Amino acid sequence: MTASNSTPVPNAAVEAGESTLRTAYEHPWAVRFCHWLNTVSLFVMAASGLQIFRAFPSFGPKIPQHNLLNVPKSLALGGWLGGALQWHMTFAWIYVATGVFYLAYQIFSCNYRQPLFVRKDLAGVWPMIRHYFFFGRKPAQIEVYNPLQKMAYTSAILLGLLSVLTGIVLYNPVQFSFLASLLGGFHWARLWHFCVLCALLLFVLGHLIMVVLHGWNNFISMLTGWKRNPEYLP
Amino acid sequence: MDNLGLKMPESPKPANSRSLNRRELLKLSPLLVVGAFAIPKVRDPLLREGVGFTDWASARWFRRNHLAPTFADSEVTPLEKFYVNTYDVDDPVVDLEKWTLTVSGDVKLPGEYTLAQIQSLPKLKQNTRHVCVEGWDAIGRFGGTRISDFLQYVGAKPEAKFLYVECADDYYESLDMASALHPQSLLCYEMYDRPLTREHGAPLRLRVPTKIGYKQAKYLTSLRVTDVVPRPGYWEDQGYPAYYGL
Repeated sequence: MTASNSTPVPNAAVEAGESTLRTAYEHPWAVRFCHWLNTVSLFVMAASGLQIFRAFPSFGPKIPQHNLLNVPKSLALGGWLGGALQWHMTFAWIYVATGVFYLAYQIFSCNYRQPLFVRKDLAGVWPMIRHYFFFGRKPAQIEVYNPLQKMAYTSAILLGLLSVLTGIVLYNPVQFSFLASLLGGFHWARLWHFCVLCALLLFVLGHLIMVVLHGWNNFISMLTGWKRNPEYLP
Repeated sequence: MDNLGLKMPESPKPANSRSLNRRELLKLSPLLVVGAFAIPKVRDPLLREGVGFTDWASARWFRRNHLAPTFADSEVTPLEKFYVNTYDVDDPVVDLEKWTLTVSGDVKLPGEYTLAQIQSLPKLKQNTRHVCVEGWDAIGRFGGTRISDFLQYVGAKPEAKFLYVECADDYYESLDMASALHPQSLLCYEMYDRPLTREHGAPLRLRVPTKIGYKQAKYLTSLRVTDVVPRPGYWEDQGYPAYYGL
């Protein structure tokens, strides 16, 4: 009983108890595979990126140099600039390949409807925020992901795309001079790249908090694909 | 998956069976390959491959006639704010009077070349961005002879693969021929319309706007045209990428 994961299922009150145990196949293999591979890549890219940033922790001129922040060595990967570059340049390919594979899978399988935030989700965002942050009533869950979740995942995918585009400009500002000027030049590209990192880290933080709050059943579904008793099943 | 406080009913439905969950989990096992990066003996060659692949890709999308952006004089970083990076000494005390460039390798006219000979070739001045691998950059005004003109002057074999240079401070660098022949690549003897200062590499340095900073070798003493470089470069030997195009 592979409950379709994208088509809205009419909401029904979830009856507690084992008699109504149902499962839904929420996450196809490709999505789970990309999720965990990207977990590693994102960690490596962020940590080695911070080590690279340590070499010049500023967005201004070299003379006079005003350091923006002091990234502790314990958060950095690679030991020194050269080591960090090796990690960064190796995992960049894994990161990109994962992203390309993920997007291709989502598009060709039509599974993109599951996480993609669309206009009709807009109305559901505020009730969800009210529920999470202002003790509002919990809106009925009618899809695998609620509107706020969709917004977060769609943003994360766009951030991933931006991290690659800004990174390419930093690596090859001459060959990609057109892209560089689109981003406002080399300096802006460097700042954008850093801002995208911060935004991605914020996403990860929120994501982890939500994973903890939603418990084991939810967590395990990203490993096996199956979720027991999802709220949206009648 | 069932020893976690969740009571899994014995159900004929495969969706609920433990073996299915186990099978789905096992399907993720290819991910364990990434664990190779945790083993130093495997990791180091893998990272070398990764950097090598990045270099290869960067060389692939290098366009021979795509010019690096040039800047107006008003955008140029003042000379005193152009940071000086050296790996060893700021001034290797080159005797500018007696200096010559030793040219060797696959050239018709090997030998010693004076600065006057190099300066007799057409001069190019350009404001281009110098990008340091550390992340800072500066726009400088550079003047010099096109490397391509000089290579023609000394009769370099056109299909040679590399230039290899050595410096008065024992620095050494290599440059792939496509980048060396780029129309903006200079044997640079002027910055800010004045002869190179000692800390910026007097009397002659490389100025290749399509390459990262550490490839812009200063205080040149010798230049070899070759198919095989003895060593890719000082920083490359410490672990930096060998190609690093911009």
